[in-house]
Amino acid sequence: MLYKKKWPLIIFVIPGLLFMLIFLYLPFVENIKNSFYNMTAIIEMPGTKWKFIGLENYRNLFTDPTVRVAIWNSFKMMILTVVFEVGIAFVLAVLVSNIKKFQQVFRTVYFFPVVISATAIGLLFKLFYNYNGGMLNQILEFFGKEPVNWLGPDTAFAMICVPTIWSYIGFYFVIMLTGLSDISDDIYEAASIDGCSKFKQVFHITLPMLKPVFATCVTLAVTGALKVFDLPWVMVPNGAPQGSTHFLGTYMYQQTFGLGNYDYGSTLSLLIVVMGVLVSWIVGFFTKERD
Amino acid sequence: MKHKKVSVGKIIVYLILILWAVTTIFPFVWVLLNSVKPSAEVLSSSFALPKVFTWDNYQNVFESMNIGEAYKNSLIISGSVTIGVMILSAMMSFALTRYNFKGKKIIESLLAASLMFPVFSTIIPVFRMIVKAGLLSTNLAVILPQIAGNLSFATIVMIGFMRSIPIEMEEASYMEGANVFQVFIKIIVPLCKASLSTVAIFSFMWSYNDLFVQKIMIREPKKFPISNLLERISSQYGTDFGLMAASVTMIVLPVMIVYIFLQKNIIKGLTAGAVKG
Repeated sequence: MLYKKKWPLIIFVIPGLLFMLIFLYLPFVENIKNSFYNMTAIIEMPGTKWKFIGLENYRNLFTDPTVRVAIWNSFKMMILTVVFEVGIAFVLAVLVSNIKKFQQVFRTVYFFPVVISATAIGLLFKLFYNYNGGMLNQILEFFGKEPVNWLGPDTAFAMICVPTIWSYIGFYFVIMLTGLSDISDDIYEAASIDGCSKFKQVFHITLPMLKPVFATCVTLAVTGALKVFDLPWVMVPNGAPQGSTHFLGTYMYQQTFGLGNYDYGSTLSLLIVVMGVLVSWIVGFFTKERD
Repeated sequence: MKHKKVSVGKIIVYLILILWAVTTIFPFVWVLLNSVKPSAEVLSSSFALPKVFTWDNYQNVFESMNIGEAYKNSLIISGSVTIGVMILSAMMSFALTRYNFKGKKIIESLLAASLMFPVFSTIIPVFRMIVKAGLLSTNLAVILPQIAGNLSFATIVMIGFMRSIPIEMEEASYMEGANVFQVFIKIIVPLCKASLSTVAIFSFMWSYNDLFVQKIMIREPKKFPISNLLERISSQYGTDFGLMAASVTMIVLPVMIVYIFLQKNIIKGLTAGAVKG
């Protein structure tokens, strides 16, 4: 190594390291500790000492019906993002890589919703879904049909999924397109000389060659689905109607900052961590196995 | 015969692609058109071009919602996060690629492992810390955790780039008597411009678009950054469609203008890590 004196290291490393320890590692550990206490207030006062309650919060996880709803919704969201987000992105990427003109234009347009905040997109779709004169109901009215309560119990979940998935397709599209451009043209040429149709080429060349890219996309999609908060919160705060649209993130927020159950919130956040590790492990297991 | 078949396929491909492009653009055009209509007209005919053109909604957003102030807060917060992340990640990655020292491996694993921490798992103790320090509803309450939240990923991106810089560049000037800090500022930083701009873009966008941390840390409406304000508008004035459309447009337009000019860099910045190179 070039630099002999080691003391400048202190200046280079310590500030960043401190940030990481103070705002990531210590809170992470404290959060685990907190989940075993009854946190009567966010700051311990002389009169309100936190009581050690052991595994009570964890036991509550199993009996709380909303936790089940939140896990189920988050799980469904993961499956839907993998199927539709990654799926549509793949189809679009294959199509765009097959044309010569306007590639750049499509790339720019498709990616655009990614840069818009989930808050703004949530609000925008809320305008579409509104019962009184929302865009969708105006269309129904035009065709002489009854207006629908889009954010009602039957359809709310689907109505949240649409913008969540739609807004991020461009992201996976760009990743896929980059992956596709790395596949050499020679392979396709050889295949078409051998009489392999464009359609077959997708299955026999593109898909197998793109496996590592798929693995990256699927991992990002499932861990991303686990973290959704902004968009559902703006559209249906507190899991409205009646907590039926709660995701793990929104339920954790409501318990912690809405209802002041800081300790239960800590437990819920650990559930998110465990699920995140679990699903990335599962995705890793399946994508590695096939090599 | 064969030639004709190919071109029909091409047309279908273009049709599908254009259709998807329409779904991406349409919502934004729709909201823009409706933002210059009176609310009643949005309710009755949101598809038509505005019959009565009005700036009232925008006037409302600026005067009663004070969106200008929210923009200022957002820019201060996200700007500070960006600068903080750039400086800290550049320094950390320099140390980790140019020095051998005890504990280097540990720091590298700490960096990689912290990518697995979702914000949910640290926010409650961080909130406690902020409350204790009396920083609630200050810009710092959002800036500090967001720097930490972006730092690990930024450092990992920077390390990847700095490894590829040949050491000869710095060797010469170091041998000529420049000290490490001069080498870092005069040689390394300019060489890292490309990856620093990547870091800057995703730090800024993540911070600017995030609602979760803002919502927890900023409680005073006067100090609301943009996402916070938008959420409040929606929960309090959700039925005033014109106002909602104007606020959404106010959020989308500036981002769109920046995006048009910097789209290549932005796409690269936001897909960093997932796409190599």
